[in-house]
Amino acid sequence: MLKVTGLFTQYVSDKGVVVQAAKDVSFEVPKGKLFTLLGPSGCGKTTTLRSIAGLEKPTQGLIEVYGQAVYSSAKGVFTPPNQRGFGMVFQSYAIWPHMTVFQNASFPMEVGAKKFTTAEIKERVMRVLESVELAPYHDRDATRLSGGQQQRLALARALVMEPQLLLLDEPLSNLDAKLREKMRFELKKIQRELNITTIYVTHDQSEALALSHEIAVMSAGRIVQRGTPREIYEKPIDKFVADFVGAINFIDASVKHLDLQQHIMVLESEVGLIQLPIQEDFKVGDAVQVCVRPENVHLSDTPPHIDHLNRYEGIVDQKIFLGEVLDFQVKIREKLILSRVHPTQLTPVGQPIHVYFDPRGCVVFKMQ
Amino acid sequence: MIPAIDACVSIDPFVGETSVQSPVAAEPHRPVNFRFDSKWLVIGICLVVVGFLALVPFGFMIWQSFLTPETADVPAKLTFSNYITAYTDAETITTLFNSMQFALGGSLLAFVIGTALAWMNERTNTPMRRLFYALSIIPLIIPSILFTIAWIMLASPKIGLINMALQSWFGLESPPFNIYSMWGMIWVDGLHYSPMAFLLMSAAFRAMDPSLEESAVMSGSSILRTLWRITLRLAIPAIVATVLTLFVRAIESFEVPALLGLPAGIQVFTSAIYQAIHQFPSQLGLASAYSVVLLLITSVGIYIQAKISSTGGKYVTVTGKGFRPRSIDLGPWRYLTTGIFLLYFLLIVLLPFLVLLWSSLQKFYAPPSVEALKHLTLDGYRYVLGSSNILHALLNSLWMAVACATIVMLLSAVVCWVVVKTKIPGRWLLDNLASLPMVFPGLVLGVSIMIFYLTFDIGIYGTFWIILLAYITRFMPYGMRYNTTSMIQIHKDLEDSAAMSGAGWFTVFKRVILPLLKPGMVAGWIYVMIVSVRELSSSILLYSPGNEVISIVIWELWENGQYVELSALSVMFILLLLVLVMIAQLIGKRFGVKEA
Repeated sequence: MLKVTGLFTQYVSDKGVVVQAAKDVSFEVPKGKLFTLLGPSGCGKTTTLRSIAGLEKPTQGLIEVYGQAVYSSAKGVFTPPNQRGFGMVFQSYAIWPHMTVFQNASFPMEVGAKKFTTAEIKERVMRVLESVELAPYHDRDATRLSGGQQQRLALARALVMEPQLLLLDEPLSNLDAKLREKMRFELKKIQRELNITTIYVTHDQSEALALSHEIAVMSAGRIVQRGTPREIYEKPIDKFVADFVGAINFIDASVKHLDLQQHIMVLESEVGLIQLPIQEDFKVGDAVQVCVRPENVHLSDTPPHIDHLNRYEGIVDQKIFLGEVLDFQVKIREKLILSRVHPTQLTPVGQPIHVYFDPRGCVVFKMQ
Repeated sequence: MIPAIDACVSIDPFVGETSVQSPVAAEPHRPVNFRFDSKWLVIGICLVVVGFLALVPFGFMIWQSFLTPETADVPAKLTFSNYITAYTDAETITTLFNSMQFALGGSLLAFVIGTALAWMNERTNTPMRRLFYALSIIPLIIPSILFTIAWIMLASPKIGLINMALQSWFGLESPPFNIYSMWGMIWVDGLHYSPMAFLLMSAAFRAMDPSLEESAVMSGSSILRTLWRITLRLAIPAIVATVLTLFVRAIESFEVPALLGLPAGIQVFTSAIYQAIHQFPSQLGLASAYSVVLLLITSVGIYIQAKISSTGGKYVTVTGKGFRPRSIDLGPWRYLTTGIFLLYFLLIVLLPFLVLLWSSLQKFYAPPSVEALKHLTLDGYRYVLGSSNILHALLNSLWMAVACATIVMLLSAVVCWVVVKTKIPGRWLLDNLASLPMVFPGLVLGVSIMIFYLTFDIGIYGTFWIILLAYITRFMPYGMRYNTTSMIQIHKDLEDSAAMSGAGWFTVFKRVILPLLKPGMVAGWIYVMIVSVRELSSSILLYSPGNEVISIVIWELWENGQYVELSALSVMFILLLLVLVMIAQLIGKRFGVKEA
């Protein structure tokens, strides 16, 4: 439905420096899907979103909606934001403080090209306010809403014109943790129910994993990896993605031995020998890095019964109790390894402990 | 942060927009470069108007200062003679010296009085200080010309009430005060503008985070040492900026030097300009030459002040957190400070007003006595109210003030939007252009506009349009200042989200920007209106018989020696201004205007 091809956008910062915010960004979003741009601040995700909105003018590239260009550097097309017919929720919500709840939500219906009668406006605005549970507050001053309510009002305003594309710029980042979790479910529900194509921008990996059909991880203006939440989490293509999408252990190693028969390779690493499924174009002697997520690192007070090499002995260095899980930092040789286990694991700090992880729970990259 | 906006601001939610916007699919191939957006028309017009107002008369005046006077049969020639006449003359040196002495004296006096009062008000527990803060605006409402005239009635050697009272009480041979002197000028001007210093320094004291001082005390510093090493050092930018503001204002001052200096033969630049134009034939070139120097002085002053304000970043004393400034317990001394407040109020408001009130009730001016009390009459008021000329001037003043304030606020709102909200290259230039008239002393602006429209006669010279034009030019910087402050507070997202809702630029400006600017705009509108009603120094060069404004009528009455009628008009004028300000503050409260 939305297709972005070879998008470049730059802007002039407050200090007068030209910043290349988006570099050769390309992706496609099928109708009804929620597509997330994920990355640290300054990676260009918001600029990309604003370019789609038309609030930022790209320097090069092509943005098409159902094959119609809303921006094309080649054809010299640029549809202004107010004629694109997209809905957008801003990080600050941008609720107009001089209007009531109803007036905020009805604004798009009043100013657009399509004319509505008073009755139509009233009917539709109330319906959309109903859907975000704000109908009882419709005549209230918009500034007198709580943070969560303002957020829902911003969403209602974006949805009132039934746009073909919904743009969300870090919509949950200004809410407190509990509300954020609740709104996450609500957003997902509304998006799936309305089946509205959505571009979602966030720096919060758990939000991205929870909501998206597809995620694009961005860094320094470029898309580094695109995939389903599972692919991004389990098969990151490089260290940046692996590190950004959740906590992870990096273990430096070198290839020691390749066993083509058993289809395994053995690495010599900081913590000892590691066994992994064999991968293409790895040679003996290559310097590599092994990534293993803390929830895949298992602990045991007794020697584990396993049929591979990935077992180590270490000392419990520190423990952090997080409620539903318990984080262990275990010292193996000189390396600290993070392990996330069920809180029933009671080994005290300073005691020896067995550590093991499944070869299939690891990802390995060549050192750059 | 969005300024608080009152709930009763209502906008009809069901107004349809007339602009036609086509859906996305309808026009996919409109090339970027040839797309004409009508918003650029409005913006362009505003830019041209601002540039024209700020630059043309000014540039033309400089050009004119190099020309000989043009007469019917001798065309103007290029010459330096104006500058030579102006600056080789020994009198010019005296004028320069007088100007400096007057401006420095006046600004320092205002600063000392204002700072002392501000400190008492903000940092001590003097009783009634809240009331005093509210009253401090009154002296600023009284026009300079009235304040000066009132002080002539109080301290002139011949008719001054204070002189007469002291002479009879203490049996003095000669009057102790002579208002017609340099010291008299400094006293009147410094006293009148001390509330300005008071407001500026109060703001500085209030903005200072007491934790900065507290941490010095916690580090072991004594109170005095803290005052010297921390408080005063932190206040330096505010002090310098305040003194410069006062200095620039004093050197532009026209009323005091004209009414007090000229009779005593003390000439400063402003009165020299006025005299150069009012001789026959008019010495426009000479007046321009004087104006250019005056302009240089004010430009340097304002430039330094702007520099200090912009580099004041490391001195930022406002942390954004709410804090309650401490106040020092003065003990019994607090009655002394209250006494000082009362004395100040007596000198700056009560005495001047009472002397005008007294003289307004006489048939011929006479000092207060039991004898004179018998001859009280309302003739002065009858004259004023019966004069169609004065009524006409008052209406002129009012509608011009309203028109000027409205145009200034709307024009500067658009300019401000360009400066604050866009990334158009060269927008700093626009900002400076719109603020440029700040350096124009009123009289210099009058000279330059007069010369320009005398030369290029488009039919507005000698009409009230030329005065309106002068007002708009002169007060544009105030509009810029008020609008910039509010515009910065409007988050960009508020506009963007309106654009995403499908609104075009006009709609966004009308439905989102202007309503959000309203608190600042109303405050600025009120301010510009009040300063327009009081304006004298530009009007005095531009008016012509039949289109006087109220300040000109006062000036003329003074020149004619009609003191009683003048006093009656003054009393009514001051009361009218007070009522205007009160109405304005009421409206302001309704719209949630913040205290400036």
